[in-house]
Amino acid sequence: MRTQLTHHDADVLVIGGGLAGCWAAITAAQGGARVIVAEKGRCGTSGVAAAAGPGHWWVPPDPGRREEAIARRLAAAQGLGDAAWMARIVDRTFRTLPDIASHYQYVPDDDGRIRHHALRGPEYLRALREKALAAGAIVLDHSPALELLRHADGGIAGARGVSRQGAGGDWVVRAGATILATGGCGFRSHLLGGANNTGDGLLMAVEAGAVLSGMEFSAFFTVVPADTTMARTMIYSFARYYDEHGRLLDRPQGPHDNAFLAEALTHGPVFCDLSATPEDVRRQLPQISPNVTLAFRRLGIDPFQDRFPVSLVGEGTIRGVGGVRVADADAGAGVEGLFVAGDVASREPVTGAVSGGGAVNAAWALSSGCIAAEAALARVRRHGRRADTPADGTGGAGLAHPHGTTDAAEIERAVQAEMLSPMKQYFRTDATLSAARDRLDAGWTALPHAGLAPTPHARARRRELAALTATARWSTASALARRDSLGLHRRADAIAATTPPAHVIAGGVDTIWTDLVPAGEQA
Amino acid sequence: MIELVIASRCTGCTACVTACPRDVFDPVPDGPPRIARQADCQTCFLCELYCREDALYVHPDAGRARPQDAAAIEASGLLGEYRRASGWDEWAGNEALRNQHWRMEDVFRRARDA
Ligand SMILES: Cc1cc2nc3c(=O)[nH]c(=O)nc-3n(C[C@H](O)[C@H](O)[C@H](O)COP(=O)(O)OP(=O)(O)OC[C@H]3O[C@@H](n4cnc5c(N)ncnc54)[C@H](O)[C@@H]3O)c2cc1C
Repeated sequence: MRTQLTHHDADVLVIGGGLAGCWAAITAAQGGARVIVAEKGRCGTSGVAAAAGPGHWWVPPDPGRREEAIARRLAAAQGLGDAAWMARIVDRTFRTLPDIASHYQYVPDDDGRIRHHALRGPEYLRALREKALAAGAIVLDHSPALELLRHADGGIAGARGVSRQGAGGDWVVRAGATILATGGCGFRSHLLGGANNTGDGLLMAVEAGAVLSGMEFSAFFTVVPADTTMARTMIYSFARYYDEHGRLLDRPQGPHDNAFLAEALTHGPVFCDLSATPEDVRRQLPQISPNVTLAFRRLGIDPFQDRFPVSLVGEGTIRGVGGVRVADADAGAGVEGLFVAGDVASREPVTGAVSGGGAVNAAWALSSGCIAAEAALARVRRHGRRADTPADGTGGAGLAHPHGTTDAAEIERAVQAEMLSPMKQYFRTDATLSAARDRLDAGWTALPHAGLAPTPHARARRRELAALTATARWSTASALARRDSLGLHRRADAIAATTPPAHVIAGGVDTIWTDLVPAGEQA
Repeated sequence: MIELVIASRCTGCTACVTACPRDVFDPVPDGPPRIARQADCQTCFLCELYCREDALYVHPDAGRARPQDAAAIEASGLLGEYRRASGWDEWAGNEALRNQHWRMEDVFRRARDA
């Protein structure tokens, strides 16, 4: 089959046009670079921020306030945080986020003040897209990247992918610097806005020689009305939960807020009661989070009168933590010409062993995007685009498309059976993890035999399957390597050893390796 | 998942085709777009925000198709709720629909202190 090839040249290629990718594109384009954003879905509606409402970590530079805020987060990070990175993102977010007012209509609060850090997702991402375009960035929508390209000397030279719409076909972007901003990996759960976040960037980065860190911090589940995607948490802060006999479920304090729900759900349906929600909050909810109320209305549920069934939706590394290990203060991936921004990167420097959802992740996405863009720009100024020197693909798994015999959906289900099981992920033991590792290895071995058509959709999907499986394998291997409990990673079989804080790093594609690196040591 | 493209409302502008982050729709010459890959829908509801005619209906069930009756949905008043409640397009400037997202942190704080 002949596929049409479209060739582009750029100074900076940004892969992924969500929160981090858009800020990277804006910054690089405003700095004078020719910027191309390749987005799997639609820049402006894709990614997990677009359907949510990200609050950003926001601390004004008043005397002592930032030091105090950072000290608190450092303590929560349980030895894995980095005060310098925290200071960097607090400062960057405070200086840069208000710029979005050129395209986002802030609405003052009851005191007439603008709260710059709180933005509604659909409006925010629409504004980011428009701001990136206004700055001169070129956006390729519906154009998933499949693999990175590399010069003979090891520097990253851009990427190659497919277009899902229009005439379809393949694209190549040659660029002097490449920023990965493909988000975290939710293992294709029903997480709101998460279906495109399949770990593609993790796979591309590792194939190019990057190292992952914190992949064991991938046990994170959120309450949703049963069978829905609506993982917006605010209203559940008033929740009480009941079993099918109407017995109130006891909510023990612990590192996994929802572990008691996971256990209860193994016995039968669990019902949520929101009757403790104050009257004014009930009235305001449609204008705080419109999608929350609309989901209830369409299900015929009055959430403040009726007890409704809930389920748990897995988030993997999204409101978990792990990803590509940031190698330096420039958000470099430890590979020449490659940078990382947002959830594709490990957020351990800014959040440690606990989730960065709620404020830190968005501040990290914005700041790492801006910092990566500036570093990318500086690199292009030093080395040029190098557009005419040859470059080869770095990708392997899932890129060929034979007519295989294995059902691709079956491999995906096997991955999900491990990674989206709250019980398996909340209560990890050496035995459960070893069994998961073996099943995932079997999935990986079956991958080259998974038959999918050579259409752009199917080719992207096959590569996603490779990324999902690889990400599950890195998470499982990392969870095996950390033998005690820390933060989001709980080992039900932990011997209460208090080892000095260390990062679990991981890599390898066919053969996976892990290692422990004492916290505070440079990569 | 996406269930309906209501033909009587659709102008064929194809805004949904481009807006959908999962590429669920296929354009159809001189007609409403077709839901070509329903199982790919991620139930984010965002297509509805980009449909000025309120011709789209997404059912909250993300796991399986829930076929809907177009006439019943028309009559239900549920069409266009996301755009309206968000104060988009012609609803902008409507005081009652003002974006109050900024309250979120206050609500969290109240729940914590309760
Ligand atoms: C329900 C919910 C609520 C949240 N609320 C908050 C909050 O209040 N505060 C906070 O700090 N954080 C919050 N978060 C986390 C926050 O949204 C993320 O940290 C942030 O969106 C990360 O930005 P990102 O650009 O890295 O990833 P995303 O915004 O997910 O964007 C990644 C993009 O990459 C694209 N992509 C993936 N693969 C490819 C490929 N192969 N080629 C091209 N493009 C690709 C995707 O389509 C997507 O558009 C929340 C998350 C969820 C799920």
